[in-house]
Amino acid sequence: MIKTLSQRLLGPVTLVLLALTFWLGLWVTPPDKVQGNLARLLYVHPAIAWVALYVSFGTAAIASALYLWKRTRSVVMDRVAYCAMEVSTVFIILTLITGSIWGRPTWGVWWAWDARLTSTAILGLFELAYLALRRANDDPDLRARRCAVFAIIAAINVPIIHFSVDWWNTLHQGATVFTENGNLLVHGIMLWTLFISLFAFTLLFFWLLRARYRLEVLRATRYDVALDEALAQRRREGVH
Amino acid sequence: MIRIALLVAGKDLRIERRSRVLLWQVLPFGVTALVLCGLALGPLHAGNSSAAPGLFYLVMLLVALLMINRAQVIEGSPGTRASVATLGLDPAGVFLGKALALAVELWLTGVVVLAGSVLFLHTALSGTLSALPSVVVTLAALAAAGTLYGALSGGGQGPATLLPMLSLPAFAPLLIAGERSFSDALHGGSLWRWWVISLVALAAYLAIGILLYGVLEES
Repeated sequence: MIKTLSQRLLGPVTLVLLALTFWLGLWVTPPDKVQGNLARLLYVHPAIAWVALYVSFGTAAIASALYLWKRTRSVVMDRVAYCAMEVSTVFIILTLITGSIWGRPTWGVWWAWDARLTSTAILGLFELAYLALRRANDDPDLRARRCAVFAIIAAINVPIIHFSVDWWNTLHQGATVFTENGNLLVHGIMLWTLFISLFAFTLLFFWLLRARYRLEVLRATRYDVALDEALAQRRREGVH
Repeated sequence: MIRIALLVAGKDLRIERRSRVLLWQVLPFGVTALVLCGLALGPLHAGNSSAAPGLFYLVMLLVALLMINRAQVIEGSPGTRASVATLGLDPAGVFLGKALALAVELWLTGVVVLAGSVLFLHTALSGTLSALPSVVVTLAALAAAGTLYGALSGGGQGPATLLPMLSLPAFAPLLIAGERSFSDALHGGSLWRWWVISLVALAAYLAIGILLYGVLEES
């Protein structure tokens, strides 16, 4: 009952929170003292990046590791990893696009060879490669194992992206919400909008993941039915 | 594990020595690619170019792709996988052996391409020699990563096109680290700053390969 209710409410709650984020971000919050209205993009970009790097890619990497561990190996883990990776690819592309839109007026260029930007783009390439690897193997078990290993290798890139602003001199700013001591740097309605945005995009990820997972199950079922039908057809034709 | 690694590396290197693909195909390709890079820069910019370290690693990357594909062709020949499985060899040893063989091939090619870089791109010989330790480590990391990606891409549809797609994002940090440490060596800077990335990558890929190569080879 609770499960069904939460599944039904996930979509509407996500949409309401996204609408709230846009309303707060575009109309309620004041313009930034330095960046003016451009700062409004920062209610969206960090949340999308958070989902792309940590939530969705993290889900894919953990599901892949669980698939490789024999005790938890199941087709469910493989499907979750694949679906999360696909959603993560969309979010990482959005991260790069929203970052570019912010970068053009701020830095004067759409793209800079900055450590944070470059490592994020490399993660995006890893994700595209994962999807290519997925389509290159027909044997489901072999495909699942290879993709799981590849996802774990690609996961090495996530801490590199996270710490890139500390390890190298970058154009991209470092931590801007909390200081190193854990004190807040953003306050009031700006902070609330940021938090609501993070929550809304996280829910959006789970909503998309659930929808994509159901689609994947349907596709697999349809594949099995089509295979059974083809075999039955062959038998009727007298081919054994 | 070390004994199996040495056995496998010896087998792969013997196959390479007998087939002479490295000598007659891969090395000439490396030199040709380097000359093409010089032509692309043009006569005014090719000599003493600051792009030389990057071009060296770019050529080595292309060479590595050829070699990894070549190793996969050898591995994919009829009965090879089956015989390795029947012998019950430790997959970690097999991985280390294949990575070692690939590293040796890359080091040999690297020496020739470096000589070509000194000749065609006028890279300073003293700087090139001081960059050698970082080149050795970076190419070893390239070999470890390449062995892993070769196993990932082999056997499926279009392995020759899948391999670059899978491996280039992983090779990119190595390319950056190698290029920076080579540039630092040429300009008298600190090698250690970028070299450490190649070292960490080498350790990471060796660890992943030792742990997971068996999963990839499971049938």
